[in-house]
Amino acid sequence: MSASDFFSGPNFFVVGANHLTAPLEIREKLALTSDRLAAFQSVAERIDGLRELAVLNTCNRVEIYGVAESGAVIDRLQAEYCAACDLPPEQLAAVRYFAGGADAIAHLLAVASGLESQMLGENEIFGQVKTAYQTAQDRRTVGAVLNRVFQKAFQGAKYIRTHTAITVGQVSIANVAVDLALTIFGDLRSARVLLLGAGDIGEKTAVAFQSRGVESLTVASRTLVKAMELATRFGAVALPFEHMPVHLHEFDIVVCSTAAPAAVVTHFAATTALRRRPAQPLFFIDLALPRDVEPNVAQLENAFVYNLDDLARIAEDNRAAREAEVSKARALVAGRAQAIWRQVALPAAAPTKNVLPNDPTMPIATQRIPVVGELPTRATET
Amino acid sequence: MSLPTDRLWLWLGAACYLTGLILGTVAVLRKRQHSRGVMYLIVVAGYTFQTIGLYVRGMEVRGCPLGNHLEIFQFTGWSATTLYLLIGATFRVSLLGYFTAMLSAALAVISLSIPAWDATRRVGIFGGNAWIEFHAALALFSYGVFALLALTSILFLLRHSSLKNKRLNGAFAFLPPIVDLDHISLRLLIAGVALLGASLAVGSAWWLRDIHVVNLSKILSTVGIWSTYALALGLRLRGVLLPKRLAWVCVALFAAALLSLGPVDASRNSTPNSPSSFVTGPGK
Repeated sequence: MSASDFFSGPNFFVVGANHLTAPLEIREKLALTSDRLAAFQSVAERIDGLRELAVLNTCNRVEIYGVAESGAVIDRLQAEYCAACDLPPEQLAAVRYFAGGADAIAHLLAVASGLESQMLGENEIFGQVKTAYQTAQDRRTVGAVLNRVFQKAFQGAKYIRTHTAITVGQVSIANVAVDLALTIFGDLRSARVLLLGAGDIGEKTAVAFQSRGVESLTVASRTLVKAMELATRFGAVALPFEHMPVHLHEFDIVVCSTAAPAAVVTHFAATTALRRRPAQPLFFIDLALPRDVEPNVAQLENAFVYNLDDLARIAEDNRAAREAEVSKARALVAGRAQAIWRQVALPAAAPTKNVLPNDPTMPIATQRIPVVGELPTRATET
Repeated sequence: MSLPTDRLWLWLGAACYLTGLILGTVAVLRKRQHSRGVMYLIVVAGYTFQTIGLYVRGMEVRGCPLGNHLEIFQFTGWSATTLYLLIGATFRVSLLGYFTAMLSAALAVISLSIPAWDATRRVGIFGGNAWIEFHAALALFSYGVFALLALTSILFLLRHSSLKNKRLNGAFAFLPPIVDLDHISLRLLIAGVALLGASLAVGSAWWLRDIHVVNLSKILSTVGIWSTYALALGLRLRGVLLPKRLAWVCVALFAAALLSLGPVDASRNSTPNSPSSFVTGPGK
C-alpha cells in the first residue's frame, strides 16, 4: 500500500521504520551515514510538492517528517530514500509505517517522550529529535508547520516526561547501580571506585560511573595484564589483585565482576576495611556469578551490598512502574496532538510548486496548510 | 480595628505548618515528590506568623518570651525552623521541609491546644539581666538545633533502613543521600553542642556568683543533656560511634531534652531568689 492511498491533498506526515517494525538487518541498511543523509536531503529538497522536511535518523529508527502536497510526493520521497540506502522499495514497504495529520503529530510526541523507544522513557531520543529539527532548520527545510509542530512537540514531551512516571528510575543494571551509589554518596565526583574483575557488565558499570562524574577509578583483576589494559582504556589505575584486601578501605564503591569460583571479598576483609573508615559507607556492587562478596558482609552496619538479583529486581520494578504510566502518557499525547493539530491546521490555500526551502518569516495564512479531516487518520503498516 | 493577638499569630503560623504537613503527607502517600519551593514558602509563611506572634508576646513581657511551656515550645519550634530556612536553602535536603513542618506543627499545635500551658506566665524572669536572657535564648535555640538534628537523624535512619532492606521506591525514593544526611547531622551536632555550651558558660558565670539562684535539678538536666551530646560528638569524631548509632542517640537525646524542659521550667518556680512574677490568663 502506498502513501498515495492515504493521501488526497497536502498534509503533515511521517513515514519511517523503527525497531518494532524492522529487523536489525533492515535497520542497518536504513540507517544512513551523515554524508549519505545529507545527499538524500539535497535530493529530497528538490522534489516538487514537498514543502517541509526533517529527518530523524537514529540506530533504532529512521523517520521522515514533512509537509507534502500529495501522496505521490511521499511515494517519490520513499523511492529516493530507498535509492540513498540501496534498499529495494518493496523491503521498505514491508517495514515502514505512515501517518498523517494529528496522528503524525501524536507519533512525534510519543517518540520525543520516549514512549516509542526500545527502552521506555529513555532520554537520549529527545536530544536526537532536537538534533533532527536543528539540522532541518540549518538546511532551511522547516517552515510554519514543522516549526510549530516540533516546538510544541518538545514542550509536550517535556510535560509528559515530568508529569508521568515514564522516565522514573533506571532500567539498566549499570544505571541502577549508579543511581544506588547516588542515594548513598550524593555526589560521585569525589567517590573512589574499584573495579574488581574485567567482566563485561563490570565494564559497562564503570562506563556508567564515569559518565556520572566519577574521576577516581582503579581496576584490579586476577590477571594484571587485563587490569592494566582496562585501566588504560578508562584512564584508570591498575592494582594487583592480591593487594586488594589491604587497599579496600581506600574505596567508596567496589564493583565486582570476577569469574572467581568463590567470594573474593571476605567478611574479614570488609570488616577490616570498615574499621579503617568507620564513618564512611562502603558500597559493594556484586555483579559476579558466583558472587564475589560473602553474603554476611551485608550485615555489617556501614556496608551496603547489592548483587545481580537485587539490581535486576530494581530495574524490573522501575520498568514496571514506567509501563504502568504508559496509558496515562498516551492519553496526554493524544490530547496534545489534537491541540497542536488545531493550531497548524488552517484553511487550504492554492497549491504551489516546490517551495523548499521554506521561508520561516512567511505568514502561515499565505501558505497552504493542511486542514483537519482533510486526510484519513493514521494508518500503520508493518 | 484592633490588631490580632499574639495567640492568633501563633495559630496562623501553626496553620501554615499544618498545611505543609498535609501537603507533604499527601505527596508521600501518592508517592510523588512535593514541590520543595512550595514547601519552603509555606514554612516561610508559618515562620513569619510565628515570629510576629513571639515578637508581640516579647513586647508584652519586655524580653524573650520564655515564661511558660507554650512560649518555650514555640521558641524551640521557631529555632528549628530558623535553621531549616538556612540549611534547607543551602543543602536542598529532600523531605527536610516536610519533616520541619511536621515538627513545627506538632510543637505549635500541642502548645496552643493545652490551655494550662499558657494559663499563667512569668514576666521579668530574667530580672532585667540581659546576660541571663541571652543564656536562656541561646539554650533554647540550641534545643531548636537539636530538634532539627533529630529530624535529620530520622531521615538518616529511614534512608539506612531503605538501603539495607533494598526498598528504594515510593516515598523512600525522595530521601536524601545517606552521606549528605550524615554530614548535615554532624554539623548540626557541632553547632548544637557549641551553642548549648556557650549558653551554659554564660549561665554559669551568674550561677557561680550566687550558687542558690539556680535549682540543682535544672543544672543536672541541662548539663547532663549537653554532656551527653558532647560525648556523642566526641565518640563520633573518633569513629567509635557509627553514623547509624549516632542517629539513634540524637533522636533519643532530643526526646530527653524535651522532657528536661519540664524540670528546667519548674525550677524557676521553686527558686528562692527568682525575680519573676506570675501573671494569669492567656497572652493577649
